[in-house]
Amino acid sequence: MAKGVAILGVGMHPWGKWGKNFVEYGITACRDALKDAGLEWKDIQFISGGETVRNGYPGYVAGATFAQALGWSGVRVASSYAACASGATAMNTARAQILAGFCDVALVVGADTTPKGFLAPTAGERPDDPDWLRFRLLGATNPTYFAFYARRRMDLYGATARDFAKVKVKNARHGLTNPNARYRKEYTEEEVLQSNIVADPLRLLDICATSDGAAAVVLASTSYARKRATRPITIAAISTVTPRYPNTVIEMPNFATDSAYAENVPNMTFRDSIAGAAYEEAGLGPEDLHLAEVYDLSTALELDWYENIGLCKAGEAERLLNDGYTTIGGKIPVNPSGGLTCFGEAVPAQAIAQVCELVWQLRGQAGDRQIKGAKVGITTNQGLFGHGSSVIVKR
Amino acid sequence: MEKAKVPAITGWFSMDGHEPHLLGSQCTACKSYFFPKESFFCRNPGCTGTEFQEVPLSRTGKIWSFTTNHYQPPAPYVSPNPFVPYTVAAVELTEEKMVVLGQVVAGVDPSTLKVGMDVELVLDKLFEDDASEYIVWKWKPL
Repeated sequence: MAKGVAILGVGMHPWGKWGKNFVEYGITACRDALKDAGLEWKDIQFISGGETVRNGYPGYVAGATFAQALGWSGVRVASSYAACASGATAMNTARAQILAGFCDVALVVGADTTPKGFLAPTAGERPDDPDWLRFRLLGATNPTYFAFYARRRMDLYGATARDFAKVKVKNARHGLTNPNARYRKEYTEEEVLQSNIVADPLRLLDICATSDGAAAVVLASTSYARKRATRPITIAAISTVTPRYPNTVIEMPNFATDSAYAENVPNMTFRDSIAGAAYEEAGLGPEDLHLAEVYDLSTALELDWYENIGLCKAGEAERLLNDGYTTIGGKIPVNPSGGLTCFGEAVPAQAIAQVCELVWQLRGQAGDRQIKGAKVGITTNQGLFGHGSSVIVKR
Repeated sequence: MEKAKVPAITGWFSMDGHEPHLLGSQCTACKSYFFPKESFFCRNPGCTGTEFQEVPLSRTGKIWSFTTNHYQPPAPYVSPNPFVPYTVAAVELTEEKMVVLGQVVAGVDPSTLKVGMDVELVLDKLFEDDASEYIVWKWKPL
């Protein structure tokens, strides 16, 4: 089991479409996280930024951009890009610095400003880039891939569009009073089922939007934390594994999977292995969980995650949902924050935001959406190009 | 005058109007297949192969999953005006044990498609400009 690091502070800038520079969102989240930790910027020894690819050069060097905006202090810096897992990778970088003894306390931040509509590839004529080619040759948007997984649930396990709608209804209720959520509105199953079809069987209300937003955490060594907090929340694991060959599940932005002609498929799918590696590192399992924040890029994908994090076997997720197992008040609530359906995706901030929610829940500061007695939580996400992350937090 | 038919991307498929194939590569050491073609190092971590043979991939396979896109995708996709929904399928090639994406030919009612259904590879127009028709591979139910 890896040694833990403490989370001393968390902060967010509310998700939305605010039309401002991503730096402003990030700084707001940083200041809130520092205040929450009872620290000042000058106390921070290492800053770790999750990069954004939509905001020019300052986005690529996010760590330095935020360090400059907070005021050059000589702090050591790193910036990480790992698609949707960028925030977790930035957290992992800071954790490694702390565990290696290079620093005692670090600030991790991710922020984004996103355009309206489908996430599109980088501009220009770029036929060597699979992300460009999938749009050019197939018109394969991100929801196209989400829809593949949804359709398989229907044809293999008998899932229905109504099951998917129920995920939206549940998460919309969860996020109703979350001050950081962008969409705070209840939906009925009928409203979801009557919204426009985007990529069949997924409708507009099945698919998460893209948002502006920012999240930050202050991490510290356990010895540093003990001097400041009586009972700090700790990170028990951060998994940022890549797939194992041959990966035979089609994933963004690929045209084809690996071939299993010469090598057998691994025991775990990539999505299973993301949480699997976190459980192994923490010495914990799904039976130890009190809640989970999973990456509901689509409603149907949330159901896949129930299976990927070991809440049930393949094909049983719809039953768990329908039994209320994953609703607040149920055995293991999933996405008590409201999830991506209430937030919309702000790529480099999202994996950090998932951890912020776990911290508020474990501290008992989650307000109306509080899960009683929460002690262990997991986050999971997956992005393009073989990226994914899972963080286990405990108190 | 009939427009010239040109592949929308070079070297990914044969321009054979009757029995077109996707063109993959096979590692000469471990026999792993790759699409699009791999040409430098074998991506099988248990193999150190660096030589590849171009191979035609199976022309038929089974639908792994599929979806119909009802919203116009962003550029660089070239949409007809007005936009027409189109279906994309992920198809499992039995021999090569891999899944390959492709659009489904126009005119197929998506409600007739099912996971596991047999399909074959055909060539069809992706888009056109004043001079040329740009051709791509598509899947067609058998």
